[in-house]
Amino acid sequence: MKRFKGFVIKEFYHIFRDYRTMVILFGMPFVQILIFGFAITNEIKNAGIAILDNSKDAVTQKITNKILSSDYFKLEKNLINYSEIEDNFRKGKIKEVIVFEHDFAKKLEKEKKAGIQIIADASDPNTASMLSSYTLSIINSYQQEMMKYQKFPMQIEPEVKMLYNEELKGVFMFVPGTITILLMLISAMMTSISITREKELGTMEVLLVSPLKPMQIIIGKVFPYIFIAFSIAIIILLMGFTVFGMPVQGNLLLLLGECLLFIIMALSLGIFISTLCKTQQIAMMISMFALMLPTILLSGFIFPIENMPVPLQILSNIVPTRWFIIIIKAILLKGVGIAYIWKETLVIAGMTVIFIGLSIKKFKVRLS
Amino acid sequence: MSEIAISANNLTKKYGEITAVNGLSFEIKKAELFGFIGPDGAGKTTLFRILSTLLLPDSGNATLAGFDVVNDYKKIRNIIGYMPGRFSLYQDLSVEENLKFFATIFGTTIKENYELIKDIYIQIEPFKTRPAGKLSGGMKQKLALCCALIHKPEVLVLDEPTTGVDAVSRKEFWEMLKRLKESGITIIVSTPYMDEAGLCDRVSLIQGGNIMSTDTPANIIKAFNKTLFAVKSHEMYRLMQDLHEWDATETTYLFGQHIHLTIQKGNKSEIAAFLTDKQHKEVEIQEIEPNIEDSFMRLMSKH
Amino acid sequence: MSEIVIKVKDLVKKFGNFVANDHLCFEVYKGEIFGFLGANGAGKTTAIKILCGLSKPTSGEINVAGFDAYHETEKIKKSIGYMSQKFSLYEDLTITENIRFYGGIYGLSAKEIKLRTADLLEKLNLTEAKDKLIKDLPLGWRQKLAFSVAILHQPKIVFLDEPTGGVDPITRRQFWNMIYEAAHNGITVFVTTHYMDEAEYCNRVSIMVDGKIAALDTPENLMKTFQVENMEKVFLKLARG
Repeated sequence: MKRFKGFVIKEFYHIFRDYRTMVILFGMPFVQILIFGFAITNEIKNAGIAILDNSKDAVTQKITNKILSSDYFKLEKNLINYSEIEDNFRKGKIKEVIVFEHDFAKKLEKEKKAGIQIIADASDPNTASMLSSYTLSIINSYQQEMMKYQKFPMQIEPEVKMLYNEELKGVFMFVPGTITILLMLISAMMTSISITREKELGTMEVLLVSPLKPMQIIIGKVFPYIFIAFSIAIIILLMGFTVFGMPVQGNLLLLLGECLLFIIMALSLGIFISTLCKTQQIAMMISMFALMLPTILLSGFIFPIENMPVPLQILSNIVPTRWFIIIIKAILLKGVGIAYIWKETLVIAGMTVIFIGLSIKKFKVRLS
Repeated sequence: MSEIAISANNLTKKYGEITAVNGLSFEIKKAELFGFIGPDGAGKTTLFRILSTLLLPDSGNATLAGFDVVNDYKKIRNIIGYMPGRFSLYQDLSVEENLKFFATIFGTTIKENYELIKDIYIQIEPFKTRPAGKLSGGMKQKLALCCALIHKPEVLVLDEPTTGVDAVSRKEFWEMLKRLKESGITIIVSTPYMDEAGLCDRVSLIQGGNIMSTDTPANIIKAFNKTLFAVKSHEMYRLMQDLHEWDATETTYLFGQHIHLTIQKGNKSEIAAFLTDKQHKEVEIQEIEPNIEDSFMRLMSKH
Repeated sequence: MSEIVIKVKDLVKKFGNFVANDHLCFEVYKGEIFGFLGANGAGKTTAIKILCGLSKPTSGEINVAGFDAYHETEKIKKSIGYMSQKFSLYEDLTITENIRFYGGIYGLSAKEIKLRTADLLEKLNLTEAKDKLIKDLPLGWRQKLAFSVAILHQPKIVFLDEPTGGVDPITRRQFWNMIYEAAHNGITVFVTTHYMDEAEYCNRVSIMVDGKIAALDTPENLMKTFQVENMEKVFLKLARG
């Protein structure tokens, strides 16, 4: 145990002395979040909308006021009929149209049900999904207020329609996406580089000839990165919360637990990569091309998996980040518990076992 | 003193078509300072890696302190100190941190074995807070030696410790090895510098994966069974060419200020006659005692 | 032996407070084999970098092949050749590709390159191996080839930084025969080595200690002055102070 401790201390020396890498590692979450975040928040403020109120009654008026009193929306135009919608979108001044059905208040009272249609310009999918979710939450809160005074439950049925990109399933994605990418990058790339560096320097020879067990060497190398990756995950969550007021909907412990599992998976992947490469350069290339690109492109972070050609959809199944994004989205945004994500969790756990198994098989107690 | 510390029997290792180590056999006694002398590519590093349990031989076997290098590798790793050819310490850790690290992974402390490294460590102690990467060549070697010694190994395996190090540091390094040997540690060293052979108790001359000869340096020189002449004239470049083309010449090699010459038959006066004939001036011809390098080249041309 | 090709007067190079070269003075003549010795860290590499035009001196008068080391470094680079143990040829290129590349960067015409390549291959007995990759050649061959390539453009001076490290003794001598031949043909050879017997092959030897030139003479005279029988002892006496 003393040997192991000495080894871990040495690893921390390496990491903290390479202060340039440290700055990049800890600076990256800030920069990414701020770039993503502010590019998006700026647009959400005072987004132009149009309203087509087919009912024009007290309730629709209240809802309209509530929507417009938020900072997010600005009324550009009141529409009179459906045919105007398309035209106004094309002009580009509005990003969303809210349509109230005929006899809204009456239906709500008699049938306890009334419909609102939300049409968004999904050519900019992120903005569209955010606008619609804001609108929905405003309508929801109105409904809850109403419930206090009513004996019978009544329901406003909003219907969201995305124009120009109807398949869009994206939600508020960048925080989960950034966490996923960074954890993958740090864990897999940094460990594979730090192990291959020892090979390149020739120090691996000396370590192998020492009584240290291969397991101790590997775990010792990986250990510090668990801390670093974990603290970065927490930084991102904190920033999401403070800068964008994005609360963790689900169980925080569950979320952190899943992060830890994912970090361990990525670390074992990093070890596996390092057993395949002799130099830092190759390890870096493999991490970049074999990990980063699929992580970004095939995980559903940017492009919805449902929209991909079938072969790519199948391929995306072996990309670990695809599963993690589902998990983290579910906990962070939807607030679901383990019951809904145990399958994905199992997939990642399985991958961890496979990578560790492969690494142990490939890691040699000797040179080549 | 006759206890065997290392023995190898018919060790062979191939990389594809190249045979790096070709059926090597030898025995090294306890507390012996044993040298493997040969140029780059002779197979020294491969051999040392096999002995340090880092590589598996294709065939043959070897033991270190009675342990088999293949099956008992874990035991061997506890009792050897290994210094690879390249400088292999952590460049971003300080002198002291490096030493401390190697002490911990061998489950010991600097204090425990300080006596053993004291003489060497004192020389680098003034720089103990400096990163190892910023030491000069000679000091790096000293630090690497300290790190290899810190767990008091029974056998010290040093792969080309003096390559690229200047003559002064090399000399100091060998003096340190002499002292370590006195304390009972078996030391095997490889080196491309022929003149270092004389500093070992026994040496193996190694070339192209084969051992050409194993003996004490004195006996190796004795085996040179041919009269060796050192020849000199006022015009060395022409002398070289002339001797090269002479029918009687067997071997002719440049050696410092002289040319070392062996001839098929004849004596000094015949060489003198030939050189006068070629109009060389200030000719000096001496019969000399060969050195290890002469022997090495002679063995090389025979193999 | 009288034409001066390298003239160094009071060369000083400082890195911050550290004086790497402290008022070096020497001259090297045409066709001479000049040995440049010194312990690790004595300042050899720094001086060679300045002479090759890779680094600017702090002060002093330095003239290499007739050019000034402050302003005419590009001209210096054209008139010298350089070879070291560490970097010499591209391992993943073949022999001919390497020759063509180096010929190209020194501005030889395609015709000349072809001619000299053929010459060189024949001289080194490498004609049959000409399409082999450098990494498949034994070290000794590589070093001999690297030297030939370094003087392919017939430079005035060739700098050799530990050219024979790790090479077997026979090849080492073949290498020195090539050096002699080059010097015989008028190329000045500026060489560093850790083999002290090689120091004796030089016409003159300078030995650096702590940034200064501690001795400069023919090997014979040095041995006489220090009353020892070989260069190694001269070196040890000087370097140990």
